[in-house]
Amino acid sequence: MGRNITLGQYMPGRSVIHRLDARSKILLLIAYMVFIFMAQNFYALFLMTLASLLVVLATRISLNMYLKSLRVILVVVLITALFNLFYGNGKVLFEWWIFKITEGGLNNAVFVAVRIAALVLISSVLTYTTSPSDLTDALERLLKPLTLFKVKVHELAMMMTIALRFIPVLLEETDKIMNAQKARGADMESGNVFKRVKALIPVLIPLFVSSFRRANDLAMAMECRCYNGGKGRTRMKVLRFTRTDLFGLIVSLVIFAGVILCNMYLPQLVR
Amino acid sequence: MEEFIKVNDVFYQYESFDEETDAGYALCGVNMTIGRGEFVAIVGHNGSGKSTLAKHFNSIYLPSAGEIFVDGMDTADDDCLFDIRKKVGLVLQNPDNQIVAGIVEEDVAFGCENLGVPPKEIRQRVDEALRAVDMYDYRRHSPDKLSGGQKQRVAIAGIIAMEPECIVLDEPTAMLDPKGRDEVIDTITRLNRERGITIILITHYMEEAVLADRVIVMDSGKVLTEGMPPEVFSQVELLKRHRLDVPQATELNHKLRSCGYELPECVLNAEDCAQALYELIKGMSL
Amino acid sequence: MSVIKAEGIKLVYGAGTSFEKTALDDVSFEIEKGEFIGIIGHTGSGKSTLVQLLNGLLKPTAGRIFLNGKDIWQEPKKIREVRFKVGIVFQYPEYQLFEETVYKDIAFGPKNMGLSEEEIDEKVRAAAAFTGVREEWLQKSPFDLSGGEKRRAAIAGVIAMDPDVLILDEPTAGLDPLGRDALLAQIQNYHAVRKNTVLLVSHSMEDIARIADRILVMNHGKKAMLDTAANVFSRGRELEELGLRVPQITKIMMLLKEKGISVNENILTTEQAFNEIINYLGGSSRI
Repeated sequence: MGRNITLGQYMPGRSVIHRLDARSKILLLIAYMVFIFMAQNFYALFLMTLASLLVVLATRISLNMYLKSLRVILVVVLITALFNLFYGNGKVLFEWWIFKITEGGLNNAVFVAVRIAALVLISSVLTYTTSPSDLTDALERLLKPLTLFKVKVHELAMMMTIALRFIPVLLEETDKIMNAQKARGADMESGNVFKRVKALIPVLIPLFVSSFRRANDLAMAMECRCYNGGKGRTRMKVLRFTRTDLFGLIVSLVIFAGVILCNMYLPQLVR
Repeated sequence: MEEFIKVNDVFYQYESFDEETDAGYALCGVNMTIGRGEFVAIVGHNGSGKSTLAKHFNSIYLPSAGEIFVDGMDTADDDCLFDIRKKVGLVLQNPDNQIVAGIVEEDVAFGCENLGVPPKEIRQRVDEALRAVDMYDYRRHSPDKLSGGQKQRVAIAGIIAMEPECIVLDEPTAMLDPKGRDEVIDTITRLNRERGITIILITHYMEEAVLADRVIVMDSGKVLTEGMPPEVFSQVELLKRHRLDVPQATELNHKLRSCGYELPECVLNAEDCAQALYELIKGMSL
Repeated sequence: MSVIKAEGIKLVYGAGTSFEKTALDDVSFEIEKGEFIGIIGHTGSGKSTLVQLLNGLLKPTAGRIFLNGKDIWQEPKKIREVRFKVGIVFQYPEYQLFEETVYKDIAFGPKNMGLSEEEIDEKVRAAAAFTGVREEWLQKSPFDLSGGEKRRAAIAGVIAMDPDVLILDEPTAGLDPLGRDALLAQIQNYHAVRKNTVLLVSHSMEDIARIADRILVMNHGKKAMLDTAANVFSRGRELEELGLRVPQITKIMMLLKEKGISVNENILTTEQAFNEIINYLGGSSRI
């Protein structure tokens, strides 16, 4: 049921990670992605994974939540790992018919699986500890330089804010309309794909009509509150880099340096 | 009372009016004055023009003919647009469709941010506005977890944070349950009494209209009658003829009175009605 | 035999998750054929959940629902049959209109039932007549109608299925007094002519008092009362504790009684109150 989907999955809290500036979190996430792809051996990968686990613990959010997000991509991880298992060089560990598992293949499979899992964990940290509005806000500010190239950064951010606000509303509405049509005997659960798509028309048309009505109302409400685009606009929340951010940056730099050292001085992986 | 809004012979024609029916005019010759600090209820059935009029007070709609002055400023004057909207806030019927941000306090801040108020001051205004509508404890909540009455109070807070002199509410309770209705009505009466904010309440619930200082009844795009609640509600036949309700207390009192019993000219609620009947019965049994 | 019988129904949303919420708990009642039942209760009391259980949109976690003596979940595959027999008009039903013409929209239900063209035509016209949908609107797009007209068309779309039980969830929400009275009169007329069962969910005690035979009061997912309108509203204090009110006119009579005037306080309409006061004052009016 749509009602239980919370978008962005933000879990309010007061942990160190929660207190980091959203801009720092986005930038560090990007840096993390770059570095985990740079990791060349298990030592470096271990360091990055350890880092992600420590960050996860530092958020003080129930581990169940992270397991949930891992479960979602479990299939993807398994399939990717499986594919990697059969590609690679080095010692042959196992051979049957046309299947051949090599040391490199095994390494690749484990490497890929761990890498995806770590990425999912660290991305979950961003969405779990940062409110959607902080995220859009941070993105707006980080992308500000693009206004020089005529990119409508403020408008994009505003669209994102409104989308985040109205997705739950529309999900609930979809639920309601679906129930109403089902009560009139609409059959949405059986038949082939073609029939099912057709069965959605009685839901989609009312949904479009009501979205237009809502958009109209919202535009009026925004006008009433003197909305005039991004010009001359201030924000209640001032994003400020604090000592926490500096601390986060230093810790990250140490870990990233560790990855580079591992890559340079420890043996490369057989792939 | 000092004059705050002046409506001068206003006509309004919808752009997309239907040529087959000649009901192109939503407003045809409306005149009214709203005093500073007054609580006015505008009532009328659907299609009487009351909602169209509501959207004229802050320049969302402009009159096709006639003029409206808000604190001396012509609503048709583009240069005054933001000054007018700062002074006159509008709360709409559907609470869901007027909340912009995904977090209560950020939505309340939206208007101030548009006005370019410094961040620190926005913070103060937002906290204060949320306290004024009794929603401070919900400031970090997401609006879609709130009840209809709570959402509507958040919408009101968003207007209050802009420090308006007047709030126009266009059927703010039409989509709410009785509890939500009470919450919203309590909030606006309090804002009127404690802060002197001028309130224009558009409604078709007569129980709400009786709380106002003055009631304006609209019908077919015109003002049908106006006055203090007892003056208006004593005209039971006129109201009924124009598809309007009167409270059951008022109707009972009126019916008995027109049978010749000595009752007050108009009662508006259950308590007054019971008291009047009690006095009547005591008086007659003596 | 009762048309609807609920036996200890319970509904838990999101069982086993952190969102777990018991929406209905051990609700039992019986409704006889041809009754007009009012359902009241504050928001979140379980009214909407109950209504959706009765036509199989939701499945109870425990307990059983009988329609004409048959458990509606006996054959889960045939649940659509139940939905045709128990028609629901949801709140703001005009938002469910989608067809090119009003006629086609009203015909949506009957068409899903697999009726023939003639039968559909007959049902559509009968339903349109009941809700005051005019002949000339039928070929218009539903989106060209006014708000009140759309509402009528949407209600006709449910009545057209000719259900044994018609459930209306706040059908008058947002209508002005005239629209409200007209619609309620049409529902009453429908009930009188078709002689089938109607369940009306409403926040307006005045409306419920005027037209319901019996009233089901819901509170926190439980059945608080199920009794005749007069009996339910004579328990004014209890209703107030449940966050509900009595009609203003009943309140006036209750207040009079408290002041020591021995009038009948089982009064539900202005007419009844008027007659009671006249009687009390000794007969006819003074003119």
